[in-house]
Amino acid sequence: MVIEDRTSPRHTGGQTHSSVTPWVPDRAARVRNDEVSAIEEILSHVPDPEIPAVSIVDLGIVRAVHADRVVITPTYTGCPATLAIEQMIRAALDAHGFSGVAIETTLAPPWSTDWISDEGREKLRAYGIAPPPKGAGAAALKNAQAAECPRCGASNTEEISRFGSTPCKALWRCKACAEPFDRFKCH
Amino acid sequence: MDAIATYALRLGDDSLILGQRLGEWCGHAPALEVDLSLANVALDQVGQATHFLALAGEIEGKGRDGDKLAFHRDVMDFTNCLLVEQPNGDFAQTIARQFLFSHYQELLFAALMASKDARFAAIAAKAVKEVTYHATLASDWVVRLGDGTEESRARMVEGLEWMWRFADELFAMDDVDAAAFAAGVGVDKAALREPWDQRIDAVLADATLERPAARRPVLGGRSGRHSEHLGHLLSDMQFLQRAYPGATW
Repeated sequence: MVIEDRTSPRHTGGQTHSSVTPWVPDRAARVRNDEVSAIEEILSHVPDPEIPAVSIVDLGIVRAVHADRVVITPTYTGCPATLAIEQMIRAALDAHGFSGVAIETTLAPPWSTDWISDEGREKLRAYGIAPPPKGAGAAALKNAQAAECPRCGASNTEEISRFGSTPCKALWRCKACAEPFDRFKCH
Repeated sequence: MDAIATYALRLGDDSLILGQRLGEWCGHAPALEVDLSLANVALDQVGQATHFLALAGEIEGKGRDGDKLAFHRDVMDFTNCLLVEQPNGDFAQTIARQFLFSHYQELLFAALMASKDARFAAIAAKAVKEVTYHATLASDWVVRLGDGTEESRARMVEGLEWMWRFADELFAMDDVDAAAFAAGVGVDKAALREPWDQRIDAVLADATLERPAARRPVLGGRSGRHSEHLGHLLSDMQFLQRAYPGATW
C-alpha cells in the first residue's frame, strides 16, 4: 500500500543541468507529458465494471497519472470491483503499448463522491442512477434531502433501503412515476 | 508478532469474523432489503479485514499475507473479541450484536484516523464512513424492533441480553493495546466507553428499552480464549484452503 496524493513531488523533477546537451531535458519532459496525456486518454475509456455508463476517471477512481505509473483508489474498502478495475486498466494499458506503466493503489485520502465529475454525474442520471449531492456530507447520509427521480425529475421520492445492489448505491422509489431507482450514496 | 503487528491483527480479526457471521445471512434474511443490507455490511467488514490483515503480515515480515492469516490459523490464534463470534441467533440477536459493535467501531476508527502510523490512519479514514452506515442501520432496527410489537420487543430484549456481557471486552486495554497506544499507533479504547454509553443509551431510550443489567464481563478473545462458536465458524470459512492449500481460481 502506498500513501500518496496527487501533489506528490516524486516525479515532477528529473531535470539535469548538463551544459553539453541542454535540449535533452526539455525534450524528455515533452515526451513525458505526451505519454501522460496518452495514458489519461486511455483511462478515460475504461468503464466502471459495475456501472459501465461511467468511466473510472468520471468516478474519481484515478488519483494520479505519471509516465511510469497510475495511482488508483478504491471506492469502498470491500468493493469487489477493485480487482476487476485493476485488471481492466492493465489490459487497456498493455493494449496501447504501455505495459511498463505500473498500477498503484492508495487509500489516502479516502475516496469521496465529491470526486465524481460533473460529466460523470450527468452520465449516472442518464443511466437511471440519481447522482449524489455534492459536498452534502452528513446531511445526505441521513437522507434528509430527497433524491430527484432520474426518470421523471420529481422530488417526491422515498428511500426503500439504504443498502442496494452494490456498496455504492441505495434503493429509492419515485412516488410520482412509481418507478424504483438507484441512488448513488453520498460518501 | 510484536505489539503493533498484533494490534493490526486484532483489528483485522474483528472485521473478518463479523463479516463471516453476517455472510451467513445471505439468502436467509427476513426481507430482500435486509438481505442486501447485511450482505453489504459483511462486504465492508471483509474489506477492512483484507487491509488490516495485509498490514499485520507486512509488519510481521515473515511472508504471511492476508489470506494466509485468514485461512491458515487455528482458533486459538485468532484475536477477535468474543462479541463478533457470537452466533447470529434470530434477526434481533444479530442486530443487537451489530448495534453494540458498530458504535464501538465507529468511535474506534474515528480515533484511529489520528494514528501516527499513516497505514492505520488511512484504513480507518476509509472505513469510518462505511461504519457510520452500519451503526445507523443497526440503531434504526433496534428502535423498530424495540418499539414494535410485543413479539419484536421481546426478541430485541433477548438479543441484547445475550450480547451485553461481551461489551466490556471491547474497551479493555491489555499490554498490546497499551503498547500500541503508547507508540502513538493505537487508540485508548477505555476512553471510548463514555461516548459509546451515551450513544447506546440514546438509541435504547428511543426504542423504549431498558439498558440490560450489568453482568460479569466475559473476556479472553484477544488472547485466543474463544467460545466454542468460533471453531465452527472457522471450519466453514477455512474449509477450502485447508482441504486444498493454496488453491486459486
